[in-house]
Amino acid sequence: MTRHIRDILEAHARLGAAAERLSESDDLYQAGMTSHASVNVMLALERAFDVEFPDRMLTRSVFENIAAIRGAIEELRAGV
Amino acid sequence: MSAPRVPSLLWKEIASGAAAAAADDVDRNARFPIEAITEAKRAKLLGAYVPEELGGLGCSIEDLGAMCNAIGQGCSAAGMVLAMHHIQVACLVHHGLGSPRLRSYLQELAERQLLIASVTSEVGTGGDLRSSVCSLVRDAHGFTLRKDATTISYGEHADDLLVTCRRTPESPANDQVLVLVRGADVTLEKTSRWDTLGMRGTCSPGFVMTSRGAGDQVVPVTFANIASQTMVPFSHLLWSSLWLGIATDAVTRARTFVREQARRTPGTTPPTAHRLAEVWSLLQTMRAGVHDVMLEYQQLLEEDGGLQKTTTLAFALRMNNLKVAASQHVVDIVQRALLICGIAGYKNDSRFSLGRHLRDATSAPLMVGNDRILATNASLLLVLKGE
Repeated sequence: MTRHIRDILEAHARLGAAAERLSESDDLYQAGMTSHASVNVMLALERAFDVEFPDRMLTRSVFENIAAIRGAIEELRAGV
Repeated sequence: MSAPRVPSLLWKEIASGAAAAAADDVDRNARFPIEAITEAKRAKLLGAYVPEELGGLGCSIEDLGAMCNAIGQGCSAAGMVLAMHHIQVACLVHHGLGSPRLRSYLQELAERQLLIASVTSEVGTGGDLRSSVCSLVRDAHGFTLRKDATTISYGEHADDLLVTCRRTPESPANDQVLVLVRGADVTLEKTSRWDTLGMRGTCSPGFVMTSRGAGDQVVPVTFANIASQTMVPFSHLLWSSLWLGIATDAVTRARTFVREQARRTPGTTPPTAHRLAEVWSLLQTMRAGVHDVMLEYQQLLEEDGGLQKTTTLAFALRMNNLKVAASQHVVDIVQRALLICGIAGYKNDSRFSLGRHLRDATSAPLMVGNDRILATNASLLLVLKGE
């Protein structure tokens, strides 16, 4: 799953070369992800993992690093 | 709504007194509304949002909204200066109290009634609040910072500045911090004039700002959070409250006009009364819109951890909608008031003049352009489910 999340970030977060060097806990927004890019990341994640983030999860903290994104997707999948 | 802790009489007096008396001159000469701001200082209003234990008045955002609304009825420029100042103070109160330096600064602000200006706009960012070109440069003494600002409202009249910049020279454009810069450590070199259609008294030309300061003048929270939790909600709520003030004064003039017409022909309802009924309903819609979002934000602020809840996209969408709607309403309402007052409203030297209101109102859809906000909302709506 982490590989898949990284691919999506590389394609949509517009972090340039920095995307590959990110650790699980590096702050994506501090690495340069804009709010606009984060919406594209959300859309790509929903499609890739066949989930829908409810509005309560659409906050900055849920998408601020790879670990948080993975946690959110796992939570949604567990709920199905 | 909770009762204001500060007697609203205080700012109503300033609105109908010092602010209203100077409004036309402020507008005509594009000069700072010094009379109203001096009175506001005398009434300790610049520390309105500073907590009481730090010597402020401990007002709520509802109180501040009422203040901007009232002062805006007398003079839009004075109302906008106060709105912008309170937005800066709120950023420090919500995010800076953990820092001893910023805490004692707020104490000093309340004591000496210091006026803070905002330095967010910058050449090269295309008006995007959430990106900066300039960056903090740390040195042995603290930091230096140089910013080519496209506009600094009342920059030459402020005591201190709050400035956005990148965290380090290596940081990406959106990794920003907010920095308090003291007046004594700043030089401002004017790069443009402020000769505008409206909001002339905010005196907002461009400046190259060069400054220095101590490391702990940096607000110890990432600007992304300050923006979404405080700066953006406060801006949209206080600006909307001020626009409500402009709209209210325009409708008040129209109302007086219709009443005087009616007195001349008792028994016949003047045709303008119908238009007044229409614009009155619009004003009520506008007021309800502002109060609705105000109440939601105020309630979140009173909850433990409520500030965190303001970082949802759903909240950002509602805030953005308020700004777009209120900024369109104010223009529409003033135009309708002008139709009622007719030539008397069109003339610049009548009791019913609405030229200044109309010119000031047209700034509303432009300050943070509505097209930009709608583009953001369009993007948010792609992921929001609306549950």
